[in-house]
Amino acid sequence: MNRTTRNLTVLALTSLGLAFAPVSQAQLRVEISGVGATQIPIAIAAFPGEETAPLQITAIVKADLTRSGVFKLIDNNDTLSDSSTVNYANWKSRGADAIAVGSMQRLADGRFDVRYRLFDNVKASQLSALSFGTQPQLIRLTAHKIADDIYEKLTGIPGIFSTRIAYVTHTGKEYRLEISDADGEGVQVALRSTEPIISPSWSPDGGKVAYVSFEAKKPVIYVQNLVTRQRTLVANFKGSNSAPAWSPDGSKLAVALTRDGLTQVYIINADGTGLRRLTNTTGIDTEPRFSPDGSLVYFTSDRSGGPQIYKINANGGEAQRVTFSGSYNISPRISPDGKVLAYISRREGKFQLYALDLTNGQEQRLSDTVKDESPSFAPNGKYIMYATDSGRRGALAVVSIDGRIKQRLTMQVGDVREPTWGPFMK
Amino acid sequence: MRPFSSFAIVLSAAVLLAACSSTKLDDKAAPVESRASTGAAGADPRAVNTVNTGSDPLNDPQGILAKRSIYFDYDSYSVKEEFRSVVEAHAQYLNSHKDRKIIIQGNTDDRGGTEYNLALGQKRAEAVRKALVLLGVSDAQVEAVSFGKEKPKALGSDEAAWSENRRADIAYQ
Repeated sequence: MNRTTRNLTVLALTSLGLAFAPVSQAQLRVEISGVGATQIPIAIAAFPGEETAPLQITAIVKADLTRSGVFKLIDNNDTLSDSSTVNYANWKSRGADAIAVGSMQRLADGRFDVRYRLFDNVKASQLSALSFGTQPQLIRLTAHKIADDIYEKLTGIPGIFSTRIAYVTHTGKEYRLEISDADGEGVQVALRSTEPIISPSWSPDGGKVAYVSFEAKKPVIYVQNLVTRQRTLVANFKGSNSAPAWSPDGSKLAVALTRDGLTQVYIINADGTGLRRLTNTTGIDTEPRFSPDGSLVYFTSDRSGGPQIYKINANGGEAQRVTFSGSYNISPRISPDGKVLAYISRREGKFQLYALDLTNGQEQRLSDTVKDESPSFAPNGKYIMYATDSGRRGALAVVSIDGRIKQRLTMQVGDVREPTWGPFMK
Repeated sequence: MRPFSSFAIVLSAAVLLAACSSTKLDDKAAPVESRASTGAAGADPRAVNTVNTGSDPLNDPQGILAKRSIYFDYDSYSVKEEFRSVVEAHAQYLNSHKDRKIIIQGNTDDRGGTEYNLALGQKRAEAVRKALVLLGVSDAQVEAVSFGKEKPKALGSDEAAWSENRRADIAYQ
């Protein structure tokens, strides 16, 4: 088992290297450890024609599937197009329960015609067939979409390989809000500043990011449209303005403000109008998060002494305490199905990622690092990304919600912090 | 009209000359006065202290107003007795300079979450703000904000760095 894990890791790193070498602006390096409870054996044959493209599409698909921890890639040197006849018995005897084949052809207008099919070798049947007309700069996205399709057809759960993440880097005097694919590739800079940027939060439609910028020498909340670069000043009240979190319909933000004294939770429209106070204590209430149905707001409060996680009706009322183990529980994040609460807990001086099953009250520690922060659920609810320390520098880590599969993304230079996983996009 | 203004100039010149000569007379008498004041306790009624327009006690590097940082104990958010005089000096200055405004910037050490530390830094800034307001400083002159753990003055993960970062700074606008 150990040997298999090691081989998979090496394979993943090798294929990443091969895939990204030609256009390498890769700033994040991915390391993977652990595998899922069950792994689906799958063969990915080379797509004829992919060697003519700027990126090797099957290498990206393989890296995605390996990183998920739920697939075992069956080694092969075959090249099979989507029109090939698949010899199910042969592939079954080579250990592959499924096989993906495809083709890639440059079109006259510069795009690539990418075709792919997925077969079930056990049932001897086709599971899926897709075709894409892809601009050369979107080949990586097409590869992630093929990996998403394979993941969904074989596990029944939507894949997250084509989703994006936002995070903050700090190198020298420069802070950057960066957007990349979920695997840390395809980095784009959304905001550059000489002052800190914290708490980025994706809008539910994936088109905007709310964040806190210190560019005005104090924390102020902005919403930035990623495409048009338009920035909306959402909250710049007297004192500190922080911790923005979107309502599920994208119309409002829950925020933490100090305009009336210490930090309290407020609701504000995404255009900065219609401010309404939600919590009312003389202490700290911060880090609000809407439940997926929008009816509740989870938040961190020190009303009982140390910080603990509470929930309150989004229209107001009495808050209820949610966490009871440990004396320091912060940064609540609710899974997309509303059933799991992820948070950071300090126990014996270590700050670590925990998950609480809200249906049965069972708590599980998910990380073995000690300076964890800012958890963020993948939109399919199966993984949690968080910030941690790697040799005194900030790094990002991903763990499956059963704690079995772990990945770490490190930058070659500088710190990377404050990750937030973007939503599914059409 | 013209002859009249010429006369006025001559007259004022004469007054100036008279003033000069009387100064000379005073100079001669000075040693006598000096001897007379020797041994007398209390303020010298003839002492002259310079006022420069544009100078401000705020800019005196030796003055108490040069102290702009208030340090806090671990997990503490109240202003310690040893910083009482610093807070009082700034309150006095702000009360006599109603046009001046400050921002109090709260900071924390780097242990714990970004947002929770931002709220804790605010607690420190707010403690200083409240102390100033109790000393009569107008609300409009003071804003309390937090940098949390985002702008550490001291880097490092030891007590020396942590205690340097448990701080609220007074920044004049």
